[in-house]
Amino acid sequence: MIKTLSKQIKEFKKDSILSIVFVTMEVIFEIIIPILMASIIDNGVEKGNINFVWGMGALMIVVAMCSLFCGVMSGKYAASASTGVARNLRTAMFQNIQKFSFSNLDKYSTAGLVTRLTTDVTNVQNAYQMIVRLCARAPFMLIFAMAMTIVISGKLSLIFLGAIVFLGVVLGVIVMNAFPRFEQVFKKYDALNASVQENVNAIRVVKAYVREDYEIKKFNKASDAVYRLFIGAEKMVVLNMPVMQFVMYACILLLSWLGAKMIVAGSLTTGELMSLFTYVMNILMSLMMISMAFVMITLSKASAERIAEVINEESNLSNGENPIYDVKDGSIEFEHVAFGYREGVDVLKNIHFQIKAGETIGIIGGTGSSKSSIVQLIPRLYDTTAGTVKVGGVDVRAYDIETLRDEVAMVLQKNVLFSGTINDNIRWGNADASEEEIQRVCRLAQADEFIQTFPQKYETYIEQGGNNVSGGQKQRLCIARALLKKPKILILDDSTSAVDTKTDTLIRKAFLEEIPDTTKIIIAQRISSVQDADRIMVLNDGQIVDFGTHDELIRTSEIYRDVYESQVKGGGIDE
Amino acid sequence: MSNNKTKRKVSGGSIKRLTSYIMKYYKVHCIIVLLLIVFSALANVVGTMFMRDLIDVYILPFINQKNPSFDALAHALMGMAVIYLAGTVATWGYNRIMIQVSQGTILKMRNEIFSHMESLPIKYFDTHAHGDIMSVYTNDTDTLRQMISQSLPQMVSAVITVVSVAVSMIILSVPLTILTFVMVVVMLIVTKNIASKSGKHFADQQRRLGSINGYIEEMMEGQKVVKVFCHEETTIQEFEKRNEELFDSANNANKYANILMPALGNLGNINYVLNAMVGAILAIYSVGGFTLGGLASFLQFTKSFNQPIGQMSQQLNAIVMAIAGSERIFKLIDESSEVDEGYVELVNAGTAEDGSITESEKRTGHWAWKHFHQADGTTTYQPLEGDVVFDDVDFGYQDDKIVLHNIKLYAKPGEKIAFVGATGAGKTTITNLINRFYDIQDGKIRYDGININKIKKADLRRSLGIVLQDTHLFTGTVMENIRFGKLDATDEEVIAAARLANADAFVKHLPDGYETVLTGDGANLSQGQRQLLAIARAAVADPPVLILDEATSSIDTRTEKLVQEGMDKLMHGRTVFVIAHRLSTIKNSNVIMVLDQGRIIERGNHEELIKEKGIYYQLYTGALEQD
Repeated sequence: MIKTLSKQIKEFKKDSILSIVFVTMEVIFEIIIPILMASIIDNGVEKGNINFVWGMGALMIVVAMCSLFCGVMSGKYAASASTGVARNLRTAMFQNIQKFSFSNLDKYSTAGLVTRLTTDVTNVQNAYQMIVRLCARAPFMLIFAMAMTIVISGKLSLIFLGAIVFLGVVLGVIVMNAFPRFEQVFKKYDALNASVQENVNAIRVVKAYVREDYEIKKFNKASDAVYRLFIGAEKMVVLNMPVMQFVMYACILLLSWLGAKMIVAGSLTTGELMSLFTYVMNILMSLMMISMAFVMITLSKASAERIAEVINEESNLSNGENPIYDVKDGSIEFEHVAFGYREGVDVLKNIHFQIKAGETIGIIGGTGSSKSSIVQLIPRLYDTTAGTVKVGGVDVRAYDIETLRDEVAMVLQKNVLFSGTINDNIRWGNADASEEEIQRVCRLAQADEFIQTFPQKYETYIEQGGNNVSGGQKQRLCIARALLKKPKILILDDSTSAVDTKTDTLIRKAFLEEIPDTTKIIIAQRISSVQDADRIMVLNDGQIVDFGTHDELIRTSEIYRDVYESQVKGGGIDE
Repeated sequence: MSNNKTKRKVSGGSIKRLTSYIMKYYKVHCIIVLLLIVFSALANVVGTMFMRDLIDVYILPFINQKNPSFDALAHALMGMAVIYLAGTVATWGYNRIMIQVSQGTILKMRNEIFSHMESLPIKYFDTHAHGDIMSVYTNDTDTLRQMISQSLPQMVSAVITVVSVAVSMIILSVPLTILTFVMVVVMLIVTKNIASKSGKHFADQQRRLGSINGYIEEMMEGQKVVKVFCHEETTIQEFEKRNEELFDSANNANKYANILMPALGNLGNINYVLNAMVGAILAIYSVGGFTLGGLASFLQFTKSFNQPIGQMSQQLNAIVMAIAGSERIFKLIDESSEVDEGYVELVNAGTAEDGSITESEKRTGHWAWKHFHQADGTTTYQPLEGDVVFDDVDFGYQDDKIVLHNIKLYAKPGEKIAFVGATGAGKTTITNLINRFYDIQDGKIRYDGININKIKKADLRRSLGIVLQDTHLFTGTVMENIRFGKLDATDEEVIAAARLANADAFVKHLPDGYETVLTGDGANLSQGQRQLLAIARAAVADPPVLILDEATSSIDTRTEKLVQEGMDKLMHGRTVFVIAHRLSTIKNSNVIMVLDQGRIIERGNHEELIKEKGIYYQLYTGALEQD
């Protein structure tokens, strides 16, 4: 995980290192100041040497200025290093996600990917900043300050050593104890918020059943549990401050006692004692920082792991060697194909059929009969587990993927429009298309008519997810978008379910007249959408049970007849 | 991250209210905390002051003495040890008590928000984005908790430290104190400048973060479409553009934020150095009796002066944000609850020997309306039957925008009434009026002859069963979810209801059967299965009147058949209102109402309406789009 992430530091290695270098220098300057201070006291004040005070004072100011400069520079470099690494991580993830195949995508939820790209990256960014600033600063401070105390007095430095060990152990124990407690708190806390979310969404159910009090009782119980867990966790954390104070005060008292004796005995100067008091603070503060940084970094570990997972996910679909860049025609052939989303669970079994270029094929079957699975194999959105899928007489795996997908246009069942104008959206099919071409495909998809009723026509802005057009309109725009590719094969996966039957008929009529050479595959729930297709495939439980014309199927296929009758009885009169 | 983002004006009102909220429950706690903070700060000050005596009284006089006595020093140090120990205990004490105060306040506040939210009318949920409501629970209460437990005590302690240190400094040396104050002013100016610079960039960063998040969400949602259209390259380009912009402002924002700490720290160092120089000179000439020990103490004080200033500038932001959050919390708490002026109650009914209805303590399976007449002070009982009448009802979500006009309808007990029409015709709205999710503008709705405004809302709703269009399930077992309809239902009753709803078969096949835990609104179930559970939930409640809003999303034929059968069984013997999306299911209704733009334009049974060759006929033959 660390290896994956550190690879993304790239051009910000320089900034990261500079930040650490400047922090180190800042620490060194800070450590020098008390020593100079001691010499002012001992050689200036005690001996009444004013000139020495001026000289040393000037030097101290220079040192403090240097320290200021280094501090500012390290802050600057830490900022560019951490935000830069965050940028690189986002890019790396996003680029890799773009390489994902459908089956890679199926592994992650949309929300999961969004969280990784946003919150998780922010967490890692903060942790990284912590590392290049605090993690360098605190240990250096500890080491340098410790070194100085040894130089001043080996005997007194033992006090510091004792303090470090004691405080280190105590803080360690606190962190170790608090950490799992906090993890538990946050889990419960998330659950609590999830239940609020549930209540907000289902408020009509709650009110319809008059279950307000029941829900309140449930909530209070959960809320109470969070309260108790929180107190348990924070109880540990509040020990930090007093423990720290305790050690500091103990050090001061010991230093006062031993220091006084040593000064009187002449083995220590007053100035040195004063600088030791300053070092007490420095050393203990750095220990405190280390424990804080440790918590922060541990908290971000989970985020880092989630990011690394996305970056390391390898796409399981790629071009073969010497890919073919030309699709001859729109014929399709399945040769004993089996397919499953998970290993060992095949949803398609021994699928075997041929479709000639220009044919119109309908596919009918209940949910779970794997209608979508079959068609998704044609533009190679998934690879088969056994058997071969051929387009234009060639194995789909031999084509360049982009070439294949441009020739096999697919309108997905779960389709989306993107924020932008209608023109922008349709142009997804072909970025260079002229306005005439766009209008032509929209007329084909029976979308032009309603687009013309919008005040801004083709420049109408579609909101995110296409929420400002109706379901039927959205579907027609999606069809137009696919048509703009001028594909050799067009697949509609339940893409006219929200369109009224009359428009549905018009769309199919337009297909027949305007793009006769294109192979058309239409998945539908409504029999009326497929009944005039050249042939209709009836799927059940991942197998083709019947394949023929409407009239044949009415006579021979029990399933088809069942569906037909239930719909005609409901839908009434024939058109 | 979002420092400075909420630099909004904070009204004094919510500060006062928040304070009184905390004081209501934790007055004593707060006083003790304040005392302990003062004590802890004083211990620190006394300790630093001691340094003067240490050098001037206990060290310097003994230098070069033959047999120095350290008894006095030992004595003094013992005294200090006691003070220090007490200070340490005080520090622990106030931090510990503050947990209680902050967590306790948040607990009470959270519970109050939730129970108040449950009492709000449906309209509130219609007019407020769910994300915004959630944010009150997550963001607002969280920042508030952090403020109470961390920012507030730190702020108080910082103020007390600054004041006590300042007083001590003045006692030690007036000139040095003036020097330090000049430096503090410089530090404040620097802080303000850096903070305002970083604030601007943070606002930029926040905006661009929003923009890239929006883009990411949209693209992840449409990732499969991106693949199908081979749009990966274009998408990456657009993403990188936004990413670069974000980097730019994040870099600047963090740069200034990062500079603040070292700048303040090192300005503190410069202050220390200046004081050391000037102090040294003062000590040499012993101006105003200034001694070496005094210098030592003073220098130590300048060190403890820096920290609180940095703290205060950091905490101020947190406090402003938290108060803005508490404003949103109070706003929710101040929303007015659903009003209920009904007084007619629903009671268990028994039959007296003379055949009249009596009130029963136990559940009898029969229900009656208990009607108290104010005019003559009598109470009458009337059986619950399920007769619903709409008399010339007008309704609008806002008073000036009427969406339903002159709705008249009569539903006799046991009848099936269906509503048909295009999206937005007002089908769902009508059913929302029966259970008073919304109140009507004009006309009357009568339930068993009683104006529904006179019926207690809870009792009215209890008598109506609803199966909503989008099914909502709760985190919990299947059993608990069905039992939601009748909390005291036995396991057998729940299973019987599931059988009636055709849900039993699939529930049995779940890993833990009825004890299978559902999460995320039943995410592990199919749409059809969730609907079956919703039907079972209504079945266990066993209401005399049912409102069924059919699901729009297509479910497969086999499950649909099951759902339909379940609904049919549930409808048996009840007054039913059906909002139909598939006309096949309502052919056998007693009355079908065709709605268009809030008016009933056709009414009659299936045969009559087909003969009429109007809108219903067109819908039925698929010539018109309906949802």
